[in-house]
Amino acid sequence: MIDVRNFNFFYGEHQVLHGINLEIPDRQVTALIGPSGCGKSTFLRSINRMNDIIPGTRGEGLIAINGENVYAPSVDVVSLRRRVGMVFQKSNPFPKSIYENVAYGLRIGGMTDKRRIDATVERSLRRAAIWDEVKDRLNSSALALSGGQQQRLCIARALAVDPDILLMDEPASALDPIATQKIEELVYELKSNYTIVIVTHNMQQAARVSDRTAFFMLGKLVEYDVTKTIFMTPKEKLTEDYITGRFG
Amino acid sequence: MRKAVNRMMTAVFSLAGWTAIIFIFLIFLFTFKETAGVLNAHTLRAFFLVDPPVWQPTSDVPKLSLLPIILGTLKATVVSLLFACPIGVSAALFSSEFAPPRLREVIKPLIELLAGIPSVVMGFFALMVLATWLQDAFGFTYRLNAVNAGVALGFALVPIVYTISEDGLAAVPRAHREASYALGATKFQTAWKVVLPAAAPAVFASFVLAFGRAIGETMILLMAGGNAAITSLSLLDPLRTLSATIAAEMGEVVVGSEHYAALFFMGTLLFVITFISNSGGQWVIKRMQRRLQGTAR
Amino acid sequence: MKSAALGVSVLLILAILLVIIGNIAIHGAKQVTWEFISQPPRDGLMAGGILPAIVGTAALVMLMSIVAVPLGVATAIYLHEYTPAGGSWIATIMRSAVANLAGVPSIVFGLFGLGFFINFIGRNIDRATQPPGEVLWGQGSLLWAACTLALLTLPTVIVATEEALRTVPQDLREASLALGATQWETIRRVVLPGSLPGILTGAILGISRGAGEVAPILFTGAAYYLPFLPGDVTDQFMHLGYHVLILSTQSPDVEATKPLLYGTVFVLLALTFLLNLAGVVIRTRTRSRLAR
Repeated sequence: MIDVRNFNFFYGEHQVLHGINLEIPDRQVTALIGPSGCGKSTFLRSINRMNDIIPGTRGEGLIAINGENVYAPSVDVVSLRRRVGMVFQKSNPFPKSIYENVAYGLRIGGMTDKRRIDATVERSLRRAAIWDEVKDRLNSSALALSGGQQQRLCIARALAVDPDILLMDEPASALDPIATQKIEELVYELKSNYTIVIVTHNMQQAARVSDRTAFFMLGKLVEYDVTKTIFMTPKEKLTEDYITGRFG
Repeated sequence: MRKAVNRMMTAVFSLAGWTAIIFIFLIFLFTFKETAGVLNAHTLRAFFLVDPPVWQPTSDVPKLSLLPIILGTLKATVVSLLFACPIGVSAALFSSEFAPPRLREVIKPLIELLAGIPSVVMGFFALMVLATWLQDAFGFTYRLNAVNAGVALGFALVPIVYTISEDGLAAVPRAHREASYALGATKFQTAWKVVLPAAAPAVFASFVLAFGRAIGETMILLMAGGNAAITSLSLLDPLRTLSATIAAEMGEVVVGSEHYAALFFMGTLLFVITFISNSGGQWVIKRMQRRLQGTAR
Repeated sequence: MKSAALGVSVLLILAILLVIIGNIAIHGAKQVTWEFISQPPRDGLMAGGILPAIVGTAALVMLMSIVAVPLGVATAIYLHEYTPAGGSWIATIMRSAVANLAGVPSIVFGLFGLGFFINFIGRNIDRATQPPGEVLWGQGSLLWAACTLALLTLPTVIVATEEALRTVPQDLREASLALGATQWETIRRVVLPGSLPGILTGAILGISRGAGEVAPILFTGAAYYLPFLPGDVTDQFMHLGYHVLILSTQSPDVEATKPLLYGTVFVLLALTFLLNLAGVVIRTRTRSRLAR
């Protein structure tokens, strides 16, 4: 479980997240929605401390994964990122072969047994629902795949290191409707094994795919509930206004 | 373990980053060190103010006036810049504003080829071939003189002026040209009155860089300049430059003598001049760019 | 047509280029026989070949690259991968130091090589390792000439490497970090392989510049006549450019040595141009590959 308590985030002097409180349950899909600039991506990237690579940023408060605060000073960020995988808005496969992309995380972790790597690569590609499409060309360049395939490859790459949590930052926003549907189906399958947090600006997608939804606005968490409640009977007026499209 | 390697590599890279800073500092230090011991009011007077200004370090009473050598440096630099700057900028203007793109693709690498000629080869050509032509064409008394050396140096400077000016001209936004055409101006008027002024920082930068290169150039002037440290304003007399003097005399000088210190003093002078011109040029360029961007808003 | 007047300047430059290269090619090419490049000189350097100069130049340039390329690449990596993207005071100072290094006259590098590498470092090594009065490291040699040249070509390598690093998209670095890689692992496995062609171009361009420079090696190890080929980094060496300089300005009979001179100049020019060409070819092939 991801337990967030009174989490604040700063870009220099400018505060972008204010007192976020929520509990993200295991093995479910939690969607983060809200207008552009509301902080949902910043919050997502705080969970695996990817914001650290931007100079001048600072996170305060608690984000605890299975009881351990990831913002504690003693935390090893590198191993945190193995346990929390990330898929980006625009797919970013390495200019290497399909096989080497998936094997990347394994090699860094020190795995050298070729048979184990082969097995893990296959398992990850199957889990990402792309094995059948690439099994005959594992050594060809990953850049030759279509946009949707590249994104599923990036998912396979993230799954290969066996994370507990998968963070997805608008994974389908750059894809066509058919590819988007494949990604959504994949998310639904994956949740039985992984805790998934997905940022999306597409409300219908959030409604289709998630178990719980969190609505962010101006860096604050406005409402967080079971998805059905958020979309059918929201408690906050702001939520209702956003859902019904009164503002974007 | 992985973290330890990462920490070590971070240290290695930052150490590498510091070497440039350390060496610039060391270069100044060690060039100045060999001359500092001897520098005082007396030697500085001997370098600059003695009359007659003569450089004869190996005569019984060594005469160490730097004046003929500095004069020689200035003569060569002036001739080379007078040759290279107009030609370089004209070529850049033609290339950027009038040449069809395919022609431009051919011109640019060819001019860069000129830049690839080592200066010792250029000096050789000036010594063997250019000097004879110039003497035959203009009837010079001395075969090797400031004109010969300056023109040869100019050959080497043209690519510098061309490349940087051309980049600056090409970077002028299309909007400027289109506004001019829309007012009924010809291509030439636009190029001359709109694009060239807009690219002024880059053109100026190219001149400053060419100047820095000219001051410090050794081989061409050593081989084509005539190797005579005489105080003369005439461009038809042979000359000696600061760098050529160091190159010619360092091999035979007595370590620790006044002559030795004078040579290192010239080196320090060269370093300081090029350092100032480089830094000053970059500062002026930054100011000009800020000014141009301000008016464009 | 005023634009035609401008065009004349281009023609003038190309004419100059043609004349220089043509003159050297015409008089020099016929000197380059197999004997010329494989035999040492004889008859008081009036005849024979220039093998030692070729070997000396090659050895010098190789040694120079061993020093300059790793150092230059590491500096560029520090500037691009480790300093913040918006700039920092340390990065500004470093880049300004590199720009100033690029502007230092080549003869000043030579003086520095003499004053620092030879007289300071070399002599102190001798004091520590050699019997008193013996000079092994405190004199001109391949090693010190190579170090001096390496300083001169450092800015070329640094600038070209930074350009190459810039071509690697930022999101690849993020992907690697998000998978739990350290910064060094990201550089080693993603950034460097992706920027290798550009780094190679920079190295080759630096080498071609270094091969042609003479001023920095005047007092750091170049010699006019040596009866042996350099076998050790502490040896002096003959050098194509240095040979041209001495033969042109100090030869007792210029007419007699003219053929030898032209041949040497031709070899030097051909070498420089070939290296330049190699660098440009790699650069254009990389650009077209990226465009795909």
